[in-house]
Amino acid sequence: MSTKEHLVITQASIDFPTPNGPYRALDKVNLKIAKGEFVSIIGHSGCGKSTVLNIVAGLYQATEGGIILDGKEVNEPGPERAVVFQNHSLLPWMSAYENVELAVKRVFKGKKSKAEMKEWIEHNLSLVHMDHAMDKRPDEISGGMKQRVGIARALAMEPQVLLLDEPFGALDALTRAHLQDSLMEIQKDLGNTVIMITHDVDEAVLLSDRIVMMTNGPAATVGEILDINLPRPRDRVAMSETPEYIRCRKAVLSFLYERHGKKIEEEPEVVEETVETAEEAATEAVEAEASNLVDIKKKVKTEAA
Amino acid sequence: MSERIDSASTTGMDWLLPKIKTMTVPLIGILIFLGIWQMGAPKIVTSLGAVPGPTQVFQQFVGLVDEHKEAREKEAAFIKRQEVRNAKKLEKDPNAVVKIRAYTGKATFFDQIWTSLLTVSAGFLIASLIAIPIGIIAGLSQTVYTAINPLIQVFKPVSPLAWLPIITMIVSAVYVSDSPMFEKSFVTSALTVMLCCLWPTMINTAVGVANISQDLQNVSKVLRLSWWTHVVKIVLPSAVPMIFTGLRLSFGIAWMVLIAAEMLAQNPGLGKFVWDEFQNGSSNSLGRIMVAVIVIGVLGYLLDRGMLTLQKYVSWDKSQALR
Ligand SMILES: Nc1ncnc2c1ncn2[C@@H]1O[C@H](COP(=O)(O)OP(=O)(O)OP(=O)(O)O)[C@@H](O)[C@H]1O
Ligand SMILES: [Mg+2]
Repeated sequence: MSTKEHLVITQASIDFPTPNGPYRALDKVNLKIAKGEFVSIIGHSGCGKSTVLNIVAGLYQATEGGIILDGKEVNEPGPERAVVFQNHSLLPWMSAYENVELAVKRVFKGKKSKAEMKEWIEHNLSLVHMDHAMDKRPDEISGGMKQRVGIARALAMEPQVLLLDEPFGALDALTRAHLQDSLMEIQKDLGNTVIMITHDVDEAVLLSDRIVMMTNGPAATVGEILDINLPRPRDRVAMSETPEYIRCRKAVLSFLYERHGKKIEEEPEVVEETVETAEEAATEAVEAEASNLVDIKKKVKTEAA
Repeated sequence: MSERIDSASTTGMDWLLPKIKTMTVPLIGILIFLGIWQMGAPKIVTSLGAVPGPTQVFQQFVGLVDEHKEAREKEAAFIKRQEVRNAKKLEKDPNAVVKIRAYTGKATFFDQIWTSLLTVSAGFLIASLIAIPIGIIAGLSQTVYTAINPLIQVFKPVSPLAWLPIITMIVSAVYVSDSPMFEKSFVTSALTVMLCCLWPTMINTAVGVANISQDLQNVSKVLRLSWWTHVVKIVLPSAVPMIFTGLRLSFGIAWMVLIAAEMLAQNPGLGKFVWDEFQNGSSNSLGRIMVAVIVIGVLGYLLDRGMLTLQKYVSWDKSQALR
């Protein structure tokens, strides 16, 4: 990993104005990311992951501190930091091809000929296996396909930094695994820096060089950074048995659920206990139902009488 | 073989049945209305005779069509006579100055319809060309919106008929030319229509533009689209439904206002036709006015349908239910 400073987040804090005064969502977030690095951000819902990403994208302006990309301060959005939004954000009146075309035209105008652009758009759509449905509009394709077009759009911009906000959140396990593999491949080939938000511990461990774990809000910040020392290319099945994988997975889980647990008690390690509680809950429910029935019967009787 | 024919005819019926159903119900409604009208009308007697029922009104309509044909024939005859006269003159003396006069017969009912349609389209088009760009700019910029909102709010509730005298005066003062392309009365009516079309289109466009989803705006920001591309590729398509809501509202109001303006200003058009008939006070007048009322209604309906078809054609969301 190169030690050259590529993307630096320094003391980034943000206050959102609310009716009850400013709400400090992020407090002094510090992070240095090297060129070509794959970093995942993980944390509980509402802690401020999207906010960090939006600051890097330039869509939000940090109240204090800031972002430096290759020695230049970031204070507005730009195509060199492409974003794959949490909800795909395709333009509904354009076909998949046209959605990618809009981005390609913006970035490569004057650099690529018309034919080259067409080829480039088709190439990127085929990277995410969407070449067969290029001419379909977003309302004619499935959620997973939309997300893939969103990824193709971002990739086609050849960004220095690729920002992914829960890109596979709404997908089924199969599509998700497939897209994770393609993302790893693409990143290996293009070597761009990736920041990805995820809720999925396995996904984070599988894809990342480092996992950034965030504390809970308000005033959320970077709690811990975990290095993943797994060799690439990574194979999800073979890897899942290795001690390093298990160590990383455990480290993230213990951060999320033991040290920064949100009152939701969910200990994945103690499987038996959860099964027991589930059984208990089930019996309780059945009992409640039974007493309900008795009540209803009584009611019917009294009414009949 | 017979079975095949059978099945074909049933599928034919399957396709036809819902259509018949959607046709019959409104038809029954219309028939009941006509029945009540036919029975009720003769009971009301005015100074111009009894109120005409549907049959009399239809007769008046036929009469108006005949009148129109007659007028056209007269016009053709007039032009022919003039040509013959001029040709004779030129034969006698090749250097003679021949005068070609336009036919100046009374405008028929159908001429008036045409004038009204032309006027409303002109006013509506000019208003749309002004209101949509302003609406887009106001929707994009909060500052512009805040600046023009009070003006819109004040002018919107003013009946354009209140503007009519002012417009008439201004037009006759400003619009002076020896060979005017349009008649003054046409300009006055069109401007009055324009004034009432501006506001609904402007407001709805601004609201449509201001409510573009934040996600799409973010896409535009990340791509750093130019202002023009942003407007054409993102703003306009998302605002199209609201723009059309505004346009259709405007058009509906415009049609109503135009008729009133024509009546008030004695400008050519359907409104003038109604007013003239009212002033004539012949036994045919009530029937003819009713023909005009029905024609005004039907045209208003057809114009709105036309806008709807245009909206369906322009709108990207074909699955959207438009009515
Ligand atoms: N524009 C805004 N105005 C006010 N508060 C905001 C705004 N955006 C985010 N917040 C607040 O900042 C906090 C962090 O939000 P953020 O969207 O970054 O969470 P997140 O970690 O991405 O959550 P999730 O995993 O559910 O997407 C939340 O408490 C949210 O209410
Ligand atoms: Mg989020």
